[in-house]
Amino acid sequence: MIPRTRHVLEFPGGYTRTTGPVIGRFLTELRDRRLVGVRTATGRTLVPPLEYDPDTGDAVTGEFVEVGPAGTVESWSWAGSPRAGHPLDRPFAWALIRLDGADTSLLHAVDAGDVRAMRPGLRVRPRWRAERTGRVTDIECFVPEVTAMTASVRVEYTVTPGLALAHFLSGIARGVFLGSRCGSCGKVYVPYRLSCPECGVAVTEEVELPGTGTVTTFAINNLPDPRAPEVPFVSAYVLLDGADIPMIVLIGEIPAHEVREGMRVRAVWAPESGRGPSMDSVRWFAPTGEPDEEV
Amino acid sequence: MNRCAVIGVGQTRYTTRRRDVSLAGLVREAALRALEDAGLTWKDIDAVVIGKAPDLFEGVMMPEAYLADALGAAGKPMMRVHTAGSVGGSTALAGASLVQGGVHGRVLTVAFEKQSESNATWALSTHLPFSASLVVGAGGYFAPHIREYIRRSGAPDHVGTLVAVKDRRNALRNPYAHLRIPGIDRAMVEATPMLWEPIRYLETCPSSDGACAMVLAAEDRLTGSVPAWVLGAAMRSEPIFRAGRDTVNPRGGRDCAADVYRQAGITDPRREIDVAEVYVPFSWYEPMWLENLGFAPEGEGWKLTESGATALDGDIPWNASGGVLSSNPIGASGMIRFAEAALQVRGMAGEHQVDGARRALGHAYGGGAQFFAMWMVGSDRP
Ligand SMILES: [Zn+2]
Repeated sequence: MIPRTRHVLEFPGGYTRTTGPVIGRFLTELRDRRLVGVRTATGRTLVPPLEYDPDTGDAVTGEFVEVGPAGTVESWSWAGSPRAGHPLDRPFAWALIRLDGADTSLLHAVDAGDVRAMRPGLRVRPRWRAERTGRVTDIECFVPEVTAMTASVRVEYTVTPGLALAHFLSGIARGVFLGSRCGSCGKVYVPYRLSCPECGVAVTEEVELPGTGTVTTFAINNLPDPRAPEVPFVSAYVLLDGADIPMIVLIGEIPAHEVREGMRVRAVWAPESGRGPSMDSVRWFAPTGEPDEEV
Repeated sequence: MNRCAVIGVGQTRYTTRRRDVSLAGLVREAALRALEDAGLTWKDIDAVVIGKAPDLFEGVMMPEAYLADALGAAGKPMMRVHTAGSVGGSTALAGASLVQGGVHGRVLTVAFEKQSESNATWALSTHLPFSASLVVGAGGYFAPHIREYIRRSGAPDHVGTLVAVKDRRNALRNPYAHLRIPGIDRAMVEATPMLWEPIRYLETCPSSDGACAMVLAAEDRLTGSVPAWVLGAAMRSEPIFRAGRDTVNPRGGRDCAADVYRQAGITDPRREIDVAEVYVPFSWYEPMWLENLGFAPEGEGWKLTESGATALDGDIPWNASGGVLSSNPIGASGMIRFAEAALQVRGMAGEHQVDGARRALGHAYGGGAQFFAMWMVGSDRP
């Protein structure tokens, strides 16, 4: 077996790095939460600054200009599994960031939360450390600018059905559909209501309708919604026998693609123990097996 | 009644997400473009009329209050219109009525939606207690009525896909349009899933962010821009639950169209109207509204679609802009129809201009096909 052991090579106290006047100025400004670059003879602004123009080899001018603090991501790479020496302990991006006013880009971390938030052109700003010592890590990382926020909206109502709906639901609770007949036009409305939308008059005659009717038209719903039945479900307009206006109901006990306009259906009620003043008391409408109606 | 003309139109690009602008920024973008088109500034406007779909869409209560100063309405009258999906149309008509009634000389009218801030299907399906939750979104509501149209008219299945293809091809000519599907054809539409059978995915409108604005002016307050004269304007509504209500061919729509045609002196809409921008959020609503608006006899609208009459090179182009099927910032969708009609008769519709268009219909509907708003605009002063 080959022996294996751990060996650490660490210069006691760490190496000294003399910054020189240019990088020293950059780090000094950084400690004061300012970002500066240096001008070259050709008028470019280098960030981070250098003592020489990397293009020409000439000395830089010594003129420092404030840049940023915001900048734009030019390119990036996602660090999905951060290592011990990385600046963040959660997935982040290494990005080349061109600070506003700079002609070169600075490598730093972007705490974007999600790889999908990263893109060239993303606007970012530094997140400063509270304790700064004059190192590039005085900027903990960059973070995207604020472009959206979440507003929670919630209203809570106490809902009381009106007199008409309450009356209709009392019928539902005992397994009957209550409608009303307009004294003026003779039309029978279901659910029960107290006025005629056509004539505008008060309606007083109550009608008890049977739980049978005819499908006039329907939709096969394939778009899931947590509040609706499992898809595919058929929502159908059913004209109850004796009514003049259809109700929207769920069709059951038949495959969706076998539902037809003109199909005869009957209400299937929840067991009496589970029945109450709510449409949940009607499980669905199922085919009666009678011949289809002409529609 | 005073004459009224559209003297400025402004639209934003319609897209899934306008993450770069706030609600205020979005409506200002459209409004400033309309003002620029009219050669005006905020101070030249007497009143502002704004419209959008329900507050639940973005969760901003009374956005008209919040947007008043964004639209330069400080110290001016401002009102908000709400008639569900037809709101963009009725907002324009409320603005026009202020001019026609002699109340104001120049009115800015704006409509918008930022669907990306929320979810319209959620907002349209609030599922109140006591009732069964069976209608999911607008498609869930309209699908049965489309099925009933197909049954009654005997229209062949492919008519819906023809409209879906035609409007998206038109959209490729409109720089503001949201959906751009180069090479779209029937096979592509028919390959998409049924969301609410008989409505396929590509037979529905997209969810868009966007705003549209117009400057409306009285005859003595025109500017140097080309006017589109309002020749007729009407709104109708009907109760959603009424025994004997025809949900396929609603009376509200028929009455509204008849009123507009009477004002504009139109007796044969198919022959006398050059181009129509009609609210078609699901493809089958083109043949349905062709009948409702009197362009075809009952049961025969689909034949007009099938013959190519409503295509850009047909004798009565419908939705040259790409229509609601291509861009749907809901609250603005009706106003876009009205604005596109105006652009056509001003000769400013660009690549989707219908040559020589002199009379154009703008149409919007909403709710359970129970609110209707329409106007006829023309290039000639009435
Ligand atoms: Zn009545």
